[in-house]
Amino acid sequence: MTDTSSTSLGEAVARAAPAPIASRIRGLSDRSMAWLFITPAIALLLAVNIFPLIWAIYLSFTNFRANRPNAALENVGLSNYSRVLNDPNTWQAMQTTAHFVFWTILLQTLIGFSLAYLIDRKFRGHAFWTTIILVPMMLSPAVVGNFWRFLYQPQIGLFNHIVSFLTGIPPSSFEMLGSVRLSPWAIIIVDTWMWTPYVMLICLAGLRSIPDYIYEAAEVDRASLWRQFWSITLPMALPFIMLAILFRGIENFKMFDMVTLLTGGGPGSTTEVASITLKREAFESWRTGRASAFAIILFVAVFGLANIYVKALNKVKQR
Amino acid sequence: MTVQRPAPAKPKRPFFIRRGPMENIATGLIGLGFLMLFQPFLLIFYTWSLVTLLAGTIMFIIVSKFPE
Repeated sequence: MTDTSSTSLGEAVARAAPAPIASRIRGLSDRSMAWLFITPAIALLLAVNIFPLIWAIYLSFTNFRANRPNAALENVGLSNYSRVLNDPNTWQAMQTTAHFVFWTILLQTLIGFSLAYLIDRKFRGHAFWTTIILVPMMLSPAVVGNFWRFLYQPQIGLFNHIVSFLTGIPPSSFEMLGSVRLSPWAIIIVDTWMWTPYVMLICLAGLRSIPDYIYEAAEVDRASLWRQFWSITLPMALPFIMLAILFRGIENFKMFDMVTLLTGGGPGSTTEVASITLKREAFESWRTGRASAFAIILFVAVFGLANIYVKALNKVKQR
Repeated sequence: MTVQRPAPAKPKRPFFIRRGPMENIATGLIGLGFLMLFQPFLLIFYTWSLVTLLAGTIMFIIVSKFPE
């Protein structure tokens, strides 16, 4: 069957191709055809992803500086790693990153799942509201960063006025982006606003995949709505929720654009996440070797965590 | 009447080449390394986090190829 279809496919391609190519394609096996199709993708992957990774690993053991590309390269062994791992500023950046990742994921998951649960009720106009909720996710981070800077303006910003309306605090008495205490939360709010729809979309797919007959059986057994939620909805949507957390977790570890646009890492270094430190090390201090070592440390952390996470995800799926 | 003898139990693999426990140890190492990397308490933990993470990750990659 497979042979027949591959032959007919080969013949169709051969008929459309000039004679010398046609005679070559006609004799191709299934395996060769498969290799022919995936080779460009693999070559692109190697060139765009794998080669830079290997190159960064190599640079992390050297004293390379990108602003002096012609200077002689010296092997410095593990010195770059040692410096990064003994630097209190880098350590501080890691803690800031952990703070962002923890709160953004927690908020996005809670709000995203709640929204998906509501949208799944299929009320009147639910398709319209789904589209409206998805809008922030479709915007460019540059646009989002710029208009949230206006929203956070203490004098004219809508955010301050809404907080003032709800709490009675004067709108110009606090500055979301200029305050050491509030600026990390300003970024968390924007990231949550932008990416909650993404989590909602994945959770919605999970909720829609639960067959109705399970709920009907639960109703026959007189299970309460609360019981149905804990025993059917949540366990069956859990792999999807975990997948959303994995995707958002990996993305948030690399958070750069939003922080740069909103605070640029300030005030002071309050919002200086790992990627900002990395960029400063690489393109302001021009210590490319050390920056590469830092990038590899981040990569190992995310890769290791993704491994455990995928294992946990498989366990949940098998249940 | 024939007496059915129980099939002889398969000899257990040594602990260090069994996938389950070794994968758990590797997972534990990765988790520990991750916490060490992002904790705000001691710089020495941060310094040794990469070694722990790397050991756990390499171990995980190797032991996940072991048969069940």
